[in-house]
Amino acid sequence: MVEEYWRWKEYRWTSPDLDWKKAKHVTCGVDVGSVSTQVVIMGDGELYAYSNQRTGSSSPESAEKGLRWALEGTDLTREKINYTVGTGYGRVNVPFANRAITEIACHARGANFMYGPTVRTVLDMGGQDCKAIRCDEKGKVISFLMNDKCAAGTGRGMEVFADLLQVPIEKVGDLSFEVEQEPPSVSSTCVVFAKSEASGLLRAGWPKTKVLAAYCSAMAHRIFTLLERIGVEKDFAITGGIAKNTGVVKRLENELKLTVSKPKVDPQIAGGVGAALFAKTLLEKGKG
Amino acid sequence: MITAGIDMGAKTIKVVIMEDGKKVLSMAKDLGGTDTRATTEKIYADALKKASVKMEDITHVTSTGTGRAAAPYAKDNITEVGAAAKGVIFIYPSARTVIDVGAEEGKTLRCDATGKVIDFAVNEKCAAGAGSFMESMARALEVKLEELGPLALKSTNAIPMNAQCAVFAESEVVTLVHQKTPKQDIAKAIHDAIADRITSMVRKVGFEKDVVIIGGVAKNPAFVEAMKRNLEMDMIVANEPEFVGAIGAAIMAVENAGVK
Repeated sequence: MVEEYWRWKEYRWTSPDLDWKKAKHVTCGVDVGSVSTQVVIMGDGELYAYSNQRTGSSSPESAEKGLRWALEGTDLTREKINYTVGTGYGRVNVPFANRAITEIACHARGANFMYGPTVRTVLDMGGQDCKAIRCDEKGKVISFLMNDKCAAGTGRGMEVFADLLQVPIEKVGDLSFEVEQEPPSVSSTCVVFAKSEASGLLRAGWPKTKVLAAYCSAMAHRIFTLLERIGVEKDFAITGGIAKNTGVVKRLENELKLTVSKPKVDPQIAGGVGAALFAKTLLEKGKG
Repeated sequence: MITAGIDMGAKTIKVVIMEDGKKVLSMAKDLGGTDTRATTEKIYADALKKASVKMEDITHVTSTGTGRAAAPYAKDNITEVGAAAKGVIFIYPSARTVIDVGAEEGKTLRCDATGKVIDFAVNEKCAAGAGSFMESMARALEVKLEELGPLALKSTNAIPMNAQCAVFAESEVVTLVHQKTPKQDIAKAIHDAIADRITSMVRKVGFEKDVVIIGGVAKNPAFVEAMKRNLEMDMIVANEPEFVGAIGAAIMAVENAGVK
């Protein structure tokens, strides 16, 4: 079998402490993204279980699969979930959701929970888009900017590079620092052109690590220009898959001259967390 | 006077040998590869041989294309836009608009009867709207690049492509294949997408008759069909569309030789 370097590991998690039976409201947030799907289950606004997997070609199936996996090994059944909110690009295609809310709102709300109420700027680096969100102390969106037209600066772009350089995607960040000196960034913005530029660099004798460094810094710069347009106010948090890529995050920190908040939980589930929190609010307001 | 034009494209290198800027003696091309200098020297030698002229018979060499500054033999260079206009007017004096779609660039320009450029636009930042887009799509659809156009012409069913970006479009094509969408319909959607990108650029610059299409993508009949449909007019597909820039450079070489 051909090794697929872009393919990241899917996983699930259950809280060792929380008993859902004691919770008044069990809510569920389903974030069907273009590349990955997260299903998050919360008891009274605390994390109970979640799953994270790749989105398949059908959104309803991905949501169903994600829910089954999130529930796996727990004594919770889907009938016991009081309210479900769908989010992400496939949010209207979540068959068991009571309502759909945009991922912008959910990421801000999720980041507020995961990084604390001091967060004012959230950068969500997803599989096929990138959003810069300004929010208030309640996690309410004030303004946002997004790029969903172009793969430069998205997780998909990084997957293409992991594949080209035959480096497992989880290792890209660490390997990109194994260079003696920071090389100049890849000059092409477009991922397709950056790919041919990188092939040229490899042929010219650059080690993989140096090419990775050049691409990570190009990606950091691309995101920097998006953030510059909306303005960054502290605290600054990053959600989405790329938040786990230190090669991009550290270079972005350098360019912004500020430190990114450290997440308490997996940054990739922020949208799902926000959706599950919205579900709780809706129940409390009696709109469930 | 014998002159040469070298077009150092992003993917292929073209060399044209001309007499007095009026008659094409020979044309040669090949992929640029990794060592573009050595490749260019080889293509140049090939062109000389075809034209039955010796290297010392060449009075002046002018280069064009993305890599024009690195062209061997060339004494000076001309922009791709300038070369395209000159080349097209030489072959089609009635041309007033040129659409040039190469491997990593899409361009459109308007010119007067002398080949002087009035206005132009270039996209060199993004693969959507360039030949590489077609290559990625052919790969995703698992058909040969040359077969993509003829395949699309079989379809009468217009399905939309949501993605603009070549990377995202590749995933979209894979999804469409999974959904059992007929390949020919996907192929048509691909051509409509690239034609729409180029059309918006052409509309921005403006266009008037005659419109001539050059560059490697001009060889794709489905792209040309989509462009004609979009602009609601007939167009001329240049004969040997990839060599027009090099021809323009060889004509420029005659003028430049006189100056020096």
